[in-house]
Amino acid sequence: MAIPEKLTQTLDLLGSIADRSERIQLLIDLAGRFEEVPPRLAQRPYPETAQVPACESEAYIFPEPRPDGTLDFHFAVENPQGISAKAMAVILDDTLSGAPLEQVAEVPSDIVYDVFGRELSMGKSMGLMGMVGMVAKLAKKRVEGAEA
Amino acid sequence: MSEIENRGYVNPDVLVSTDWVASHLNDPKIRIVESNEDPLLYPSGHIPGAVEVDWTRDLNDPVRRDYLGKEGFQSLLRRIGVSKDTTVVFYGDKNNWWATYAYWVFQLFGHENAKIVDGGRIKWLNEGRPLTKDVPSYPASDYVASERDDKKFRAFRDQVLEHTNAKKPMIDVRSPAEYSGERLHMPDYPNEGALRGGHIPGAKSVPWAKAVNPEDGTFKTAEELRGLYETEAGLKPEDDVVVYCRIGERSSHTWFVLRNLLGYKQVRNYDGSWTEWGNLVGVPIER
Repeated sequence: MAIPEKLTQTLDLLGSIADRSERIQLLIDLAGRFEEVPPRLAQRPYPETAQVPACESEAYIFPEPRPDGTLDFHFAVENPQGISAKAMAVILDDTLSGAPLEQVAEVPSDIVYDVFGRELSMGKSMGLMGMVGMVAKLAKKRVEGAEA
Repeated sequence: MSEIENRGYVNPDVLVSTDWVASHLNDPKIRIVESNEDPLLYPSGHIPGAVEVDWTRDLNDPVRRDYLGKEGFQSLLRRIGVSKDTTVVFYGDKNNWWATYAYWVFQLFGHENAKIVDGGRIKWLNEGRPLTKDVPSYPASDYVASERDDKKFRAFRDQVLEHTNAKKPMIDVRSPAEYSGERLHMPDYPNEGALRGGHIPGAKSVPWAKAVNPEDGTFKTAEELRGLYETEAGLKPEDDVVVYCRIGERSSHTWFVLRNLLGYKQVRNYDGSWTEWGNLVGVPIER
């Protein structure tokens, strides 16, 4: 099963940037576009069930069904310095919201390394992979729910 | 007496305030170093004149699970223009947890001329102090590094086994769920890097962030810290203590507190920590 086309394009773009500083600046710019989950969907204190496991930046994910049966993914990042988590949230929302759920469910967590490179601490990579993994899991649950 | 000096620490001069940093931005004898877990933070803006020391890229051996050696440390310090009499002042994100990790690695090489900015990056930001994206360049120094000395501040697997068998004190600084092993038992949770959950027998749980005031990231007073580590966890200043977490990052923060703020003479950071112990065949585990 292929992963969503928008995600492939984004990963290709990031992969084409050879200069580390340039890639970092792009990710910082993406983080600047982060918008928190709208209050109509979730308000503080956020439920533990929505919290990304192993994410030290305290990221939360809230799926919202679209009329076409796909999902929008909304995020909260409670750590005010959680800039990488915010960049990851923007990428996931941009590329996976509205994408075919069967494809979203197959997105591997290690795309984190395609986005940030390999020079991530263990904790940081686990938190970011946790975000990807949780989005995939939410999509998978939705698919299984529809098939049931 | 400054506010930091009023807190009753054994070594108050190991901490500096944001005011102090602001008044020493152009001091040639000071090198401000930002060290974060998040690699995007420094490039997004940092204290003017600060250089970045990235834990993954700058302090770790790229092949072996170990820190850099003497030559690597020497190159690093020459690159950031630090000489033996330069005071290196560390700060970073999340209550300075990676700043204290970098500080601890510097102590393995004997660079004692080092301090931590009380409150770290978030305090600087919240006080509305300036940030810049300019990356400074300093003339290379002629720093001559010492060999790394792991005996004083670092504990290894076999030493920790001996320590727990001798029922000597240990502090597990992870979250209560990690300490109890509950974390690894939750369905669908990514593996913490260990096959087994729990803690090293005899270790007391004192989550690392309890040492700081949550509202501004500053360290608690000596009295409050003694309450945590001595009244609650039973430590005494003359104890031989080992601290650990997952890979030694959070426990270096506790190491800093015990050694520098409370003046404990024998504190070692077990940086193999739970990532090693929880995968180690045959060692005892408690839940």
